[in-house]
Amino acid sequence: MGTPTKLHLPSYRRDPDGTHPPLDSPGYRSTALRHPKQRPVLLPQMLTEVTGPLLGPGRIGEHDNDLTRQHAGEPQGQRIIVHGRLLDGDGRPVRNSLVEIWQANAGGRYRHTGDRWPSPLDPNFDGVGRTLTDDEGRYEFTTIKPGAYPWKNHDNAWRPAHIHFSLFGTAFIQRLVTQMYFPDDPLFAQDPIFNSVPDEKARQRMISKFDLSRTVDHWALAFEFDIVLRGREASVFEDEEDE
Amino acid sequence: MTTPSQTVGPYLSIGLPWPDGVDAVPEGTPGAVWIRGRVLDGAGEPVPDALVETWQADANGRFDHPDDPRGAVAGFRAFGRCPTEPDGSYRIRTIVPGAVPGRDGREQAPHIDVSVFARGLLDRVVTRIYFPEHAEANAADEVLAAVPADRRATLIAVSAEDGYRFDVRLQGEGETVFFDV
Ligand SMILES: [Fe+3]
Repeated sequence: MGTPTKLHLPSYRRDPDGTHPPLDSPGYRSTALRHPKQRPVLLPQMLTEVTGPLLGPGRIGEHDNDLTRQHAGEPQGQRIIVHGRLLDGDGRPVRNSLVEIWQANAGGRYRHTGDRWPSPLDPNFDGVGRTLTDDEGRYEFTTIKPGAYPWKNHDNAWRPAHIHFSLFGTAFIQRLVTQMYFPDDPLFAQDPIFNSVPDEKARQRMISKFDLSRTVDHWALAFEFDIVLRGREASVFEDEEDE
Repeated sequence: MTTPSQTVGPYLSIGLPWPDGVDAVPEGTPGAVWIRGRVLDGAGEPVPDALVETWQADANGRFDHPDDPRGAVAGFRAFGRCPTEPDGSYRIRTIVPGAVPGRDGREQAPHIDVSVFARGLLDRVVTRIYFPEHAEANAADEVLAAVPADRRATLIAVSAEDGYRFDVRLQGEGETVFFDV
């Protein structure tokens, strides 16, 4: 006793330039007054950053992963299954981890007081889901394909159809909020949010794949969307622990 | 290979808030305090469509997490999340954490890690809350030492009636120090 426990901390690789959008992205007008102008200060990864909330059990209700069954009636629109794996940068599954989603309805309208575009709300669709990944990092939602919606960013601006995703991983460092897009959307070219990601290959990682194998006959189309969080450095600490 | 970040957009409040999100510790926890503040933009206007999340150690500086083998007090979520109100305000009920082990056997001053998400933020911004009563520990803190001296005050909460105030200024005069993690 008396000597502090020696902690063997993992460290997480930094993402290559171009992976994430610059906070100052003039094409997306709302960044103008909201992006910090000072350079961020490098924070060494220490205990607070390599740990994080392990959320999930207790936060999931019965129909939270089926957005088509949260009301007495069925929502309008194209029923879809959205599934995939939550992985870290080394391909390891992130297990028992909370996945949260929110989205517009089939007409592109959110159940939010601030969304006033004249497309009707659907009384049978809230557009909010959560689930936990399984032991292989898999998650699955049943939902409705969201519609595109207009916004005021530029003349005749439309957001491509998308589902918002929130992920925790196992460390504060891995926290990620992103958007899942659908293949071959004609609206990509004019969308400054999608195009805010500088690297072309990184942008493609936000687009789900149509998955014929997971469609259900006379019931639902299916899309696959794997999400990758930051990976750990190859660890020398594991060997040291055998000393 | 990492999936890129995207903004939470203007409608995050349908998906992310929890009814008990402000409770990093349960109501009635001895020593519980409120951390309250506002998120402000480069014009000094409130940001009404942001989400503040906090993550911290317990009163002994421990984390309930496999990478902290010392373990922590159970029944303490250590994580808070609060969407901002129309006036840009947020609040988190928590306790002041203990000092946390740093590098080379040194200790870090008690702190809370903070993520801020918002419409207009294509990625979260990360900052830390330190506490005014720890002047000595703050002066010796490795992370604070890396911050230009004239900006350190943006990371130190201000004492308030039922806890602390910590405002986040995203841009401009008094811009909060943000970290690259
Ligand atoms: Fe959206």
